[in-house]
Amino acid sequence: MSTDVHNNTHEDHDYTTTGLNHRKMLMWAFLGSDCMFFGALIATYLVYQGKSLVGPYPIDVFDIPVTSVSTFVLLMSSMSMVLAYAALTQNKINGFRIWMASTAIMGATFIGFQVYEFSSFSTFHVDIESCAEQKVKYGKFDDYEAELCSNAKDDHVETHDGLKPQTNLFGTTFYTLTGFHGAHVTLGIVWILSLLFLSYKKGMITPERHLDVDLAALYWHFVDVVWIVIFTVIYLFGVFPFPGS
Amino acid sequence: MSKEEIHHPTAKQYFRIAMVLSVITAIEVAIFYLEFLGYWMVPILVVLSTGKFALVAMYYMHLRYDHKLFTYLFVTGVVLATVVIFAIISLFSFGIGRW
Repeated sequence: MSTDVHNNTHEDHDYTTTGLNHRKMLMWAFLGSDCMFFGALIATYLVYQGKSLVGPYPIDVFDIPVTSVSTFVLLMSSMSMVLAYAALTQNKINGFRIWMASTAIMGATFIGFQVYEFSSFSTFHVDIESCAEQKVKYGKFDDYEAELCSNAKDDHVETHDGLKPQTNLFGTTFYTLTGFHGAHVTLGIVWILSLLFLSYKKGMITPERHLDVDLAALYWHFVDVVWIVIFTVIYLFGVFPFPGS
Repeated sequence: MSKEEIHHPTAKQYFRIAMVLSVITAIEVAIFYLEFLGYWMVPILVVLSTGKFALVAMYYMHLRYDHKLFTYLFVTGVVLATVVIFAIISLFSFGIGRW
């Protein structure tokens, strides 16, 4: 693999007896601890999976194609971020600015998808004209629709409750997990925009001070890898109709 | 250390890695719609997402090129998080009702 080589120079006082930069060491320690934070949230979601007493359930609200697109956008933002870092180390400040701006835009797009998702989940509604006819037409209901029909006083069912954090265990654990991830992404966008604006101030963002950007990039890639796990474990596993389920 | 040289991939290599990540994501979504896979979907998706995780950590986060201590710090967090997940699931699957 051919490689670019660039010098990692910084003030000597940033390096400790380990020979490593203490800011970078601290960032990696923080990311390691943040893994455990998200691990606890994912564990909580999994423990309560399938234990909600009332709907809506994951299969009712998740829209895998939409979430796949937002996942793709976040992955591309990681590429954009690493290209911004590479541009800075090669002293291409304009390239750095373009890639940083595109990273922030893609991050904001991801948050836009999340806002859309949360909004559509919270306004989720079911309108069944006739429970009896629906049975004849489709043979069987989704769990949630069957539950609504079995509890209905008459043949027509209409509900606008939606999925909110207080609706059921699924809502509580889902919004907590993805909400904290969204907060991480939002913080990352603020960080990236701050660096972008600082790059217009002379001497603030230079190839010699690339560590400032490197730390932001590490944080940004971390929120990307966390989403890789969330997308598979929460979304794909959450909706797939396992045999016998 | 301050004079240490760090080798990083080129922009073209970063782009290739992004393409690989996109393709893996597309495969994951395609697999999701193959209902005949049943429970086989779980190990397949776990392997694919682990691959994506490793690619981002190794190349985008430069763990492959940086000092091993950074890798140890991060992997420790990942391993502990995994242990926490399995411990909590085991506790609630087998422990509840016995107290």
